[in-house]
Amino acid sequence: MKEPMDRRSFLRIAGMSLGIGVIYEFAPFLARRAEAGAITDFFKRVNGEAPASFTFAQFSDPHVGFQGPPDPLGTKAFETAVELINKNGQRPDFVLFTGDLTHDAESRDVHSQRMQLFKSIAGRINTSGLYTVPGENDAALDGGVLYREHFGESHYSFDHKGVHFVALDNVSRGRPEVGPEQLAWLKADVARYPKTAPIVVFTHRPLFDLKPEWEWFTADGDDVMKVLAPYENVTVLYGHIHRHHFQQNGKVKHYAARSLIFAFNDPATNEDKKPLPFNKDDPFKELGIRTVSDGGDRAVLAMNDVVLTRTEFSGLSGMQQMIKGSNSTGGGSSNDAD
Amino acid sequence: MTLTNKLLLFGLLTGLAAYSMPNHTRADENAQVVKITASKFHFTPDHITLVKGQPVTLQLTSTDATHGFLIRALKIDTDIKPGTVTEMTVTPATAGTFKAICDHYCGLGHSGMKLTVVVKETVAKTSSAKVAGASNPYRGKQRANS
Repeated sequence: MKEPMDRRSFLRIAGMSLGIGVIYEFAPFLARRAEAGAITDFFKRVNGEAPASFTFAQFSDPHVGFQGPPDPLGTKAFETAVELINKNGQRPDFVLFTGDLTHDAESRDVHSQRMQLFKSIAGRINTSGLYTVPGENDAALDGGVLYREHFGESHYSFDHKGVHFVALDNVSRGRPEVGPEQLAWLKADVARYPKTAPIVVFTHRPLFDLKPEWEWFTADGDDVMKVLAPYENVTVLYGHIHRHHFQQNGKVKHYAARSLIFAFNDPATNEDKKPLPFNKDDPFKELGIRTVSDGGDRAVLAMNDVVLTRTEFSGLSGMQQMIKGSNSTGGGSSNDAD
Repeated sequence: MTLTNKLLLFGLLTGLAAYSMPNHTRADENAQVVKITASKFHFTPDHITLVKGQPVTLQLTSTDATHGFLIRALKIDTDIKPGTVTEMTVTPATAGTFKAICDHYCGLGHSGMKLTVVVKETVAKTSSAKVAGASNPYRGKQRANS
């Protein structure tokens, strides 16, 4: 599948085959742009950091603590993704986690243990930074209190080598929404940047109506998009839907990452949302990757889905090894993972 | 007791009975009343039938936590808080089968909270003016549980 890419974009998004997860490469083509000097000057002035190429990875929905029929392997996919990214030659500058870091738990102590286990596994990634946003499993029941104790604020922003990153929390209010306070903060945050500045928003739920009856939406997503509408280079990375999805609304490109626990079925062909059944012969099926490259032409962005084959874990004996070695924290789990 | 008082008492009792019955038309507002209770992790009833073009008053209550009630096709999106009756009147403008979901996260099992809404065509053809008037059907309010 090829997605058209605006030739005027500052960013080239290039992906690498990691097995699980997504890695992005940002290459600003500033030298070719008349206003490039202004952007470079802006970022140098603001944080002393000029635009430069870099890579980062996105992991999503590991649901640490979940262990049930759709995925009896618990944290195995998450841990495998960490191993793969560490083996990869290209060390990401940082990793973004787009929510549902943990599976919800009735007990606060159990939930806290799951957050600790998440941090323990994520901490093994060979990178300089880990940035998270909450999913509803992490923060919707207590308004994000426990999440903030473990991970800090649930919305924030930072700059990295000429790109402005914005973490948005669209779960902590219980409802799928960002809320007026965060919207006001977002407006003030991006107002500091030129309209041509590259902006990456990362959040848990889709910021548009992907499938409202499956709760795949953000009620005030349109308000977020109105704030971002004047900006020419906006990319949104999100999770929640446990499957690959790309959609461009206006100038904004929305990319969903696969989960690290199990996949959901296709909303286009199913009335009800259900996890895909576990396949012991292909345990990471649909947890695989999306690779993104420039397709040899900088004007065209090529999106390729790659089905991962983890040969070392395929077959029954491999499965038994995995089940034996898989992690679980706390009490029982529910199949209700979204 | 005079005849007038007897008639007044009869009228009062009849009115109270009509108000408390689910799926009952309220003569004063010409709106069918449907009571829906939300609990972890289901709606009761889990299936309601409405008629296109006929107003219906939904009275939503929760027995435990805050739940949500979303039917995007009918432009309904509200929270249901325990201790209050969330009431709204809508006029379905489109026939069909729709899903209501809880869109306020309420714990494990949350995504299983669904209610099916069937909107049937009216028996008598509704006038175009009435259908057009139903295009903006939502009005909502909350009141304390008495």
